Amino acid sequence: MTEEQQSLAPANPKMTARDVKVFYGPKEAIKGVSIDVAMDNVTAFIGPSGCGKSTFLRTLNRMNDTVASARVEGTITLDGEDIYAPSMDVVQLRARVGMVFQKPNPFPKSIYENIAYGPRIHGLAASKADMDVIVEKSLRRAGLWEEVKDRLQDSGTALSGGQQQRLCIGRAIAVEPEVILMDEPCSALDPIATAKIEELIHELRGRYAIVIVTHNMQQAARVSQRTAFFHLGDLVEYGVTSDIFTNPRQERTKDYITGRYG
Amino acid sequence: MTGPAIFLLLAGLGAIAWVSARARAMRLQTVARATGRRDAVHSLPAYHGWYVALWTLIPAGIFLAVWANISPGLVTQAVLADPAAQALPADGFVRSAILGEARSIAAGLQSGAFNPASQALVEPYRAAMTEYGVIGAVLALVLAFAGGAYAFTRVRPDFRARTRVERLVMATLLVASLLAIVTTVGIVASLLWESFRFFSMVNPIDFLFGLKWSPQSAAMGYGNDDAFGAVPLFWGTIFIGAIIAMIVAIPLGLMSAVYLTQYASPAVRRWMKPILEVLAGVPTVVYGYFAALTVAPALRDLAVAVGIHGASSESALAAGLVMGVMIIPFVSSMADDSIAAVPQSMRDGSLAMGATTSETITRVLIPAALPGVVGGVLLAVSRAIGETMIVVMAAGLAANLTLNPFASVTTVTTQIVQLLTGDQEFDSAKTLAAFALGLVLFIVTLLLNIVALRVVKKYREAYE
Repeated sequence: MTEEQQSLAPANPKMTARDVKVFYGPKEAIKGVSIDVAMDNVTAFIGPSGCGKSTFLRTLNRMNDTVASARVEGTITLDGEDIYAPSMDVVQLRARVGMVFQKPNPFPKSIYENIAYGPRIHGLAASKADMDVIVEKSLRRAGLWEEVKDRLQDSGTALSGGQQQRLCIGRAIAVEPEVILMDEPCSALDPIATAKIEELIHELRGRYAIVIVTHNMQQAARVSQRTAFFHLGDLVEYGVTSDIFTNPRQERTKDYITGRYG
Repeated sequence: MTGPAIFLLLAGLGAIAWVSARARAMRLQTVARATGRRDAVHSLPAYHGWYVALWTLIPAGIFLAVWANISPGLVTQAVLADPAAQALPADGFVRSAILGEARSIAAGLQSGAFNPASQALVEPYRAAMTEYGVIGAVLALVLAFAGGAYAFTRVRPDFRARTRVERLVMATLLVASLLAIVTTVGIVASLLWESFRFFSMVNPIDFLFGLKWSPQSAAMGYGNDDAFGAVPLFWGTIFIGAIIAMIVAIPLGLMSAVYLTQYASPAVRRWMKPILEVLAGVPTVVYGYFAALTVAPALRDLAVAVGIHGASSESALAAGLVMGVMIIPFVSSMADDSIAAVPQSMRDGSLAMGATTSETITRVLIPAALPGVVGGVLLAVSRAIGETMIVVMAAGLAANLTLNPFASVTTVTTQIVQLLTGDQEFDSAKTLAAFALGLVLFIVTLLLNIVALRVVKKYREAYE
């Protein structure tokens, strides 16, 4: 990171990454990325397909651990604590850093059980009444409560795609995370469902640090305050979203934003 | 004329038909092509060759197949019309024995006569066989020529031989698949017919709900009324195949599937899965030895050591345990497929919530895979209750209605073997009972298979 970029980095970061490299077997997918993620911001990762933005996102809650051939170097911290340290409990980390996937993946259980899944495994509710409160609160925050309050026992897989994705966001919220990672959350949705998710991201901002990967530049411009541009495993440019889109400093960023490639 | 000679001759005719028809088609097509019309020539010459060759061979072949079935009857009739046959005794059994021996000698299968009466009939037999053999061969050759000639006259440049050959290929394939179905229908029909005869001697209610099974006493003339109560057999079958074997197979199969799909590294999986599948290829008779000679005595000694009375050296537990081991690969491979079919995104979703791998397995993967697992278990049960060798060797023959796993019980398949081995009269209730048992077993396994396949299919659709 250059001096100039450093000065643009948010003060008081929630998560920091320093010189992070990710290897799949011998192939280097991320080539030394340093970035700070702020608490009160939505941070967007943009870049062409295969640039490593999703791979990098998955290092932030150690989901790359589930890929046998993946290896991560460098340091990533959450509130100053190294998440790749041997003392770090991955299960606890993932409860604090939630994730929403590209394709909605509700469990084949009822809507209620989908939300209750996380609180139940982490023991967040002492009684059925507690759980009811958590489920209602999470569904309200996910903007889904009004649509499903009369059919909480219906299967989560019976909802529409957009509703399923909001259910997955509600499911992530239910365990009270500090950071929510979203991996192209709207790429499988139609424009109306996409608009609802974007609206939801606005509402959730401030309560959680949100990192969203998107290949849709308009979406990044609409929902985020900070944008990071990735290309071929490098972090090319990171800064305030409006600056990136109106006044990119790097030639590669400019080419991408003006549609020269991608 | 002998059989092989006719076949060689027919094959030669077929080859000649192929070559000459092809040559004729080529010649005619060269002429037709000269006219320049696009539709003047339809099929390649080789198709004309095949068309004529098939017309030469198929009618003659069908005739030979039919002739092979009717000519022995014609031969026998000719022999009986011979003066030498007047001396034959009227009694059906001796008569057919003499005729059979004479036929064997005439055909060269046997060198000398055991019964002097048959020696006299050898010559008439030999004459009749030669006569009908020649008639058959001549008729077959005539048919081959007629068929070939008919087809040969149809060789024209624009004749659609290719389409005709295609249709014949389809018909041949259809006949092949129908044969399998017809055989199955035939087996079921014979099962039904023999069972019907049994139920005309024994009340079906007594058979299905009676508590006492003692076919020997019925055979010794104590009456059929209460000797064929099959409930002890049904119980023994369920006890061994559906209870004890499944208590072994379901947890072990499921756990090995979970290990192989979720924990094992690709290298371990590449070794362990084939080894597990080898278990499915071990002949059941080998499991039988193992159950009868190793497991059963060990269990008996164990039972005696802990003071259980009535421990037998042939026990339900021994048969059930070994059968359970035999069934493990079925359960595990079905469970493996179902768990692997649960989308990766489901697993990621759970892990990303901060669930551990085992929480993910028990709360998400297994519930999602459950229908497939249930289907696999039902198929395994249906295989276990139809399994014969292990129970014949290790479960015993005593038709006990007991809950004690150390006692000897018997199963439907064991009793079928018991009823049909050795010298049997085929019209006694004792023998026919085997068919009734077979019918019940068939119906139960059929139902289990239908239900299992439906469950599995429905589940497969859920993620597609």
